Amino acid sequence: MATVNDDAPPTTSKSREMRDAALQTFTETRRDTLLGRTVTINRPRAELYAYWRDFARLPTFMDNVERVDVLSPTRSHWVVKAPGGRTVEWDALVTEEKEGEMIAWASTEDADVPNSGRIEFRDAGDRGTIVTATIVYDPPAGVVGRLIAKMFQREPAIQARRDLRRFKQLMETGEVATSSRTRAQMHEEAA
Amino acid sequence: MRALTWHGKHDVRVDTVDDPEILNPRDAIIKITSTAICGSDLHLYDGYIPTMKAGDILGHEFMGEVVETGPGSTLVKGQRVVVPFTIACGSCYHCGKHQYSACDNGNPADNQDIGMELYGQPMSGLFGYSHLTGGYAGGQAEYVRVPFSDVGPIVVPEGLDDDEVLFLSDILPTGWQAAENADIEPGDIVAVWGCGPVGLFAVQSAFLMGAARVIAIDHFPRRLELARRFGAETINFEESKTYEALMEMTGGIGPDAVIDAVGLEAHGFFVDNVVDQIKASLMLGTDRIHSIRQAIVACRKGGRVSMPAVYGGIVDKFPLGAFMEKGLTLKTGQTSVQHYMPGLLNAIVEGKIDTTFLISHRMSLEDAPKGYRMFHDNQNEVTKVVLKPGFTETAVAAE
Repeated sequence: MATVNDDAPPTTSKSREMRDAALQTFTETRRDTLLGRTVTINRPRAELYAYWRDFARLPTFMDNVERVDVLSPTRSHWVVKAPGGRTVEWDALVTEEKEGEMIAWASTEDADVPNSGRIEFRDAGDRGTIVTATIVYDPPAGVVGRLIAKMFQREPAIQARRDLRRFKQLMETGEVATSSRTRAQMHEEAA
Repeated sequence: MRALTWHGKHDVRVDTVDDPEILNPRDAIIKITSTAICGSDLHLYDGYIPTMKAGDILGHEFMGEVVETGPGSTLVKGQRVVVPFTIACGSCYHCGKHQYSACDNGNPADNQDIGMELYGQPMSGLFGYSHLTGGYAGGQAEYVRVPFSDVGPIVVPEGLDDDEVLFLSDILPTGWQAAENADIEPGDIVAVWGCGPVGLFAVQSAFLMGAARVIAIDHFPRRLELARRFGAETINFEESKTYEALMEMTGGIGPDAVIDAVGLEAHGFFVDNVVDQIKASLMLGTDRIHSIRQAIVACRKGGRVSMPAVYGGIVDKFPLGAFMEKGLTLKTGQTSVQHYMPGLLNAIVEGKIDTTFLISHRMSLEDAPKGYRMFHDNQNEVTKVVLKPGFTETAVAAE
């Protein structure tokens, strides 16, 4: 196995072994896709954490998340848009939490798309806060259909990057940037 | 409303489209009173820029009257404002450092992917300049939606005509930043390639920053004449060998600072593998890099290179050896318009900088397609076309 001898995050490794080793730091080891995305947001750590921790607000910047119902402090129900006007759903549990620093989650056993991950918040001095999302997901096999598989094999990396950018826009500017000219256009693009 | 829309190469039309609306809290709607055609608009017109879509509204140099504001806007209805062509949020790290053209948030999240792939980090948003820079509707229209209106637009004091302040939107700050990037020291000799609007404003700015002499290089006689009007010495590169002339005119030393203000947007705003259409024009891109190459070779040892000209692709035959061996410094970038606007507005009020000399034609928005054609066909005579919605006369020449 490759040795860790530098500071690059394992999510960026060219080596399959390194990525697998990183995967094993999560609860489930059989899952085969890992991605990490980092963004720096020019706001205090506590503020960002608080916004994120209120899961019902996540759809304001997560474009493909239709709705998050908060069922208890650690359990939430996710409804996520899938191609063809369909949705996929799962319950997620907060598996670990450090106030102001980190939230880890995992979907429950019956999830359409099993997934887990964590969101971390670190101070970045006068640059604000470094926010890192690490997501592990298990692309669904056969039954649920190619559409969803396609969406979850191709899209999450792009989606995570865009969602983090929108989170940054919302936190830094109070709004999510749009280049639409009219409301009709904006709704069309969101659809 | 009526708006100048892009439909393809050499095909721009004035169409009736839906009026813009307030979509975000910090938005404002501006009723356009004056808007200019920029040299870089010609590159859209020539079809060189990728990620354009039929129906896109062009125009990134504009001003007008505030007619509607969102709850987060600091503007007030009735105010006259000039709007920067760069869309900046004012609250990200880069805006905090006044690097407004590097704003993280002006470009919508989904549009940032392309810039990320091409350049490593996404570009900021710009008005009316393809979907690479956001896909925002431009200001060659009756109305425009201006995001982050509490940060960008500058309110025009009473008593100043549109023509005096319109160019605060882009070309005046761009010329000024070009001179500032040349780190001019008193007594310097500065050479400027290109006497378009940016080059001419760079000439004026260089003198204001203490340059002893400015040498302007172009091949359009009318434009060289304008440079001379501001005290520049000139070289017509069709009549003289530029490098040899510069060496003779600087006592064999070379200029202390060189500014490349040749409009390369059209031919450089892309990477070779983006669109086939782009590949076709890459030859031109390679050809036009001539000016920056020549500037580097002519520059004195230890001198400074400023590059307001927009490059976008990957170039070859870049004189890296000359650059290193002579110990040159290069500064460049899109203009942080918001940073320069207040100071330059003062300079206009105090009469230190003249902007109106540039305008060769004023016409109605309805005549915009004609304006594009004239500008495209005759860059010697047509130095700047300003469109005024509601203007009744057509194609009125300034002089």
